[in-house]
Amino acid sequence: MQQASIITDEMKEQLGVEGTPTILEVEKGHIRMMAEALDDPNPLWQDEEYAKKTRYGGIIAPPALLCNARAGTGRGVQMKSPFLRALAGGDELEYYLPVRPGDVITSVSKITEYNEREGRRGKMLFTIIETTYKNQRGEVVATSRSASISY
Amino acid sequence: MAKQLCYEDVEVGTEIPPLVKRPTTRQLVQWAGASGDYYELHYDKDFAQAQGFPNVLVHGKLKFGLLGQMLTDWIGEGGILRKLSCSYRATDFPGEDLVCKGRVANKYVKDGEHIVECEIWTENPSGEKTTPGNTTVILPSRAQDKKEA
Repeated sequence: MQQASIITDEMKEQLGVEGTPTILEVEKGHIRMMAEALDDPNPLWQDEEYAKKTRYGGIIAPPALLCNARAGTGRGVQMKSPFLRALAGGDELEYYLPVRPGDVITSVSKITEYNEREGRRGKMLFTIIETTYKNQRGEVVATSRSASISY
Repeated sequence: MAKQLCYEDVEVGTEIPPLVKRPTTRQLVQWAGASGDYYELHYDKDFAQAQGFPNVLVHGKLKFGLLGQMLTDWIGEGGILRKLSCSYRATDFPGEDLVCKGRVANKYVKDGEHIVECEIWTENPSGEKTTPGNTTVILPSRAQDKKEA
């Protein structure tokens, strides 16, 4: 007997639907907090005098700044799952432009794929979410593709 | 300042200098605040144990960030990180060594860009790759610098 799919019509209706945008106003203080959390002493993230002499001409954000909840990575979409437990499955970021203090990043996500798999912990649902990050000039600074696992 | 890494300095098989980390529960709380991820699984041991884990877990996206640190240290300010991708394949716990590693898998020139692709991963104390992934970076080229100068 074929088992019923856990992917419902209601879930399928969410495919490709753009979610609520997340707005991140990039501040030096937030970049410093992130560098401290990583324990990453790179002066390019924190030392304005140093960063001025580089080709960036000033402080820029580390790659982690665009891969988290505050940046809206995989957020704002209508996630539905028959399971209660969730884990992050993976993240893929493509970076196109540096992000600097003072930038206002607007990210918009959409669910692009569902996959059912049998895992160590039983049946699992993989939800793939793609996010586009634009700055205040409308330039795409990065895109991401994230997998959320529920089981 | 360290010497800038150039395209000519790497070959297929070249290892990225490992970045040795040992995340503490304090660091997980710092990351929760900086990243906005307040999922209890990463700071509430009772919650984690009720889910069948022995301890709180290191955030996947913190591991992503640490792999990013390894890469930006390696490529220096003259290099560009174009792509960073990883899967949170196995759990890591605070108080244990988490070593970020990588190796050059491919290098080529395309549209004037000197592109280097690498396998990257984090390794736990048992030597298991808990966060395998890959990356694409663009490095400066000495040959190109000479031409431009």
